[in-house]
Amino acid sequence: MQTFQYQQSITVDQAVQAGARSKTAQQFADVRFIAGGTTLVDLMKLDVERPNQVVDINTLPLAKIEPAPGGGLVIGALARNSAVAHHPVVQRDYAVLSEALLSGASPQLRNMATTAGNLLQRTRCPYFRDTAHACNKREPGTGCSAIGGHNRMLAILGTSKDCIASNPSDQNVALTALEATIQVQGTKGGRSIPIQDFYLKPGSTPNRENILEPGDLIVSVTLPAPVPGTQSHYLKLRDRAAYEFALASAAIVIKTNGSRIERARVALGGVGTVPWRSREAEHVLEGQTANAATFRRAADAALKDAQPASENGFKVELAKRCIVRTLTGSTQSA
Amino acid sequence: MEQESEAAAPAGAIPVTLKVNGKSYPLRLDPRTTLLDCLRENLNLPGTKKGCDHGQCGACTVHVNGQRVNSCLTFAVMHSADEITTIEGIGQPGHLHPMQAAFVEHDGYQCGYCTSGQIMSAVAVLSEPVGPSDDDVKQAMYGNICRCGAYPNIIAAVQTVRRKA
Repeated sequence: MQTFQYQQSITVDQAVQAGARSKTAQQFADVRFIAGGTTLVDLMKLDVERPNQVVDINTLPLAKIEPAPGGGLVIGALARNSAVAHHPVVQRDYAVLSEALLSGASPQLRNMATTAGNLLQRTRCPYFRDTAHACNKREPGTGCSAIGGHNRMLAILGTSKDCIASNPSDQNVALTALEATIQVQGTKGGRSIPIQDFYLKPGSTPNRENILEPGDLIVSVTLPAPVPGTQSHYLKLRDRAAYEFALASAAIVIKTNGSRIERARVALGGVGTVPWRSREAEHVLEGQTANAATFRRAADAALKDAQPASENGFKVELAKRCIVRTLTGSTQSA
Repeated sequence: MEQESEAAAPAGAIPVTLKVNGKSYPLRLDPRTTLLDCLRENLNLPGTKKGCDHGQCGACTVHVNGQRVNSCLTFAVMHSADEITTIEGIGQPGHLHPMQAAFVEHDGYQCGYCTSGQIMSAVAVLSEPVGPSDDDVKQAMYGNICRCGAYPNIIAAVQTVRRKA
């Protein structure tokens, strides 16, 4: 591991000023914030992350989970994944988020990992994680070893000719279906970013994964007030029953009136280069009868533009069945 | 002892005092030192094991402020304000923690390498919201991998202690 200067930030402002000295907030940032460390320390051991300054933000007062003024829930950036998953309001009003968090990582990792850190988790693509292999995300212009290589776990949606790395998160898929907003403090003050606008697809710049700039510090995530009568559910399909990333997952937030779907939000995991919001599926669902045929049409719409790589074609049908199963489960409990 | 560790400290070493198993240890550490390596190499507490060093096996499980964590994925210098508990702090020969005694009683190990991590996780489970069934315990313990496959006996040990509580 490359050596680094370690410092602790006592205030949000100090952290922002420290982060602002970095050349980039994206791949190969020279200044990194550390909270839980479960992604950063892992990647620093692999030499994929090489900050020369690590800013410890763990003492910042950003861990609270409390009601938002006007309804909804504000989750502090430093709230640990386990605290969020077991929070009574999250379990009652945003069940999809609790289910997603509990399906991910391990109890130990969930005790360390933070909400904001989870937003920023990196791909598990083996070529990204191994500096012996060419990787456009890690080093732009060097090529993509996954295209034509081992790509079974990688993306079929949002890919480009330069990168097919999948986003491995569960939390962020649930947050996408819940239409969360991300509050950021930066050198120019505070702003709130809809999660839909936060992530960047690889395109020709796979090293740029989100819209954060140097100095930007995520301070909270806000969930909108729950719509009464809404059910939500997360289903994660993977090679093992536990402790494995998703091959395909779905987060559904749905409201039915009798057998008619009034409102639907659909997001997919394991299959996208970013947490994948599927408005295509939502347009098929809303106003229709909640039955197998409707669910299947929604699933087909969601995967219409899928571009499988050499080893992950099976994900197209798997993702469709995942959507249908999650919708079936969400509407049965209504 | 203080003199010795001063001479051995690397350039750029950071002074930090860690509280482990109720005892304070003043140290000078390379910031890259993980909590795991600090426990084993600097503090001579080798009960915590290095399995994968990447947070995937759970052999390095310790408690930080009563919460179970993977000590391989955190830097030691980050923990000056924390209470750290390792397997050495859970019980001692002659004064075993009930969980340690249960692992012995139920033969919950073969090679023993994952065992301290298993026990640290199991002790944490006693104060976490976990359902009553064996499946619930499996779900709570899946972050600790055992290559020898001692799982059935590990579950039995954990459930024995839970039922007695």
